[in-house]
Amino acid sequence: MDATRESEPAPMKNRTTVERKSERELVVTRTFDGPARIVFEAWTKPGLLKRWWAPKSTGMSLLSCEVDARVEGRYRFEFGHDAAKPMAFFGRYIEVIPHSRLVWTNEESDDGSVTTVTFEEKDGKTLLIMYELYPSKEALDRAIAGMEGGMPETFEQLDELLVAMGASVGRS
Amino acid sequence: MVQYEKARLDASFAALSDATRRGVLEQLGRADASITDLAEKFHMTLTGMKKHVSVLEQAGLVTTEKVGRVRTCKLGLRGLDEEAAWIESYRQLWDARFDDLDEVVEELKRKEKLDGRNKRE
Repeated sequence: MDATRESEPAPMKNRTTVERKSERELVVTRTFDGPARIVFEAWTKPGLLKRWWAPKSTGMSLLSCEVDARVEGRYRFEFGHDAAKPMAFFGRYIEVIPHSRLVWTNEESDDGSVTTVTFEEKDGKTLLIMYELYPSKEALDRAIAGMEGGMPETFEQLDELLVAMGASVGRS
Repeated sequence: MVQYEKARLDASFAALSDATRRGVLEQLGRADASITDLAEKFHMTLTGMKKHVSVLEQAGLVTTEKVGRVRTCKLGLRGLDEEAAWIESYRQLWDARFDDLDEVVEELKRKEKLDGRNKRE
């Protein structure tokens, strides 16, 4: 008789990995416990994006989120603590294959990356792979140096995140 | 200062783009070595190795010190801390997002189950 070990609640959290794959390329991977159609939906519906794109731990929220997930459709996210000074993240979709692939540009600067997200479903789980391709090695280096480049807003968020994490660790 | 940091990261990633130089770092991670030792280990001329070491030195990954006639190389104090820290903080950002996304996925799954059938339009 088979023990039904698999039905036990497993720890929910899956591992997020980030690798610099080449001079111009970063790769983030993560597995989600759900089918690809659901994970894809969460990347393309504004109401759902709003719930996770600005992580709660940063104390920030998406002030607005416009998404037109069609080829040549545009997206624009605005973040912030302060509604008067939002940070915008915008560009357009260049490939949209429902439940399997999303490609978008990031147009805040000339150093903006092209991001490809693929959703691979296996046994009801989805392996998500996010490739960020920068126009040049220098563009990725600048993103890493953190002050300009493709994602200034991400770094500001990151600062907040680190502050938030520091605060919770430092509390005695 | 921002410019300075950028230049430093450019220099260190450039330094790391070469397999010999990565090998030298690994080697120095185990023990300090003279340029002569390194040249022998990597089957390279002394001049070739000197060039590699100077690239690593400019990137702050290696320091060298001349004792008598021998130049000894050791790992720089800074190492790859900045690069590793950036990658790690970027990972943490996505990890935090994805934890929230887990919740969204769970909720959508429950909804689908309640609907009793898969909606495919």
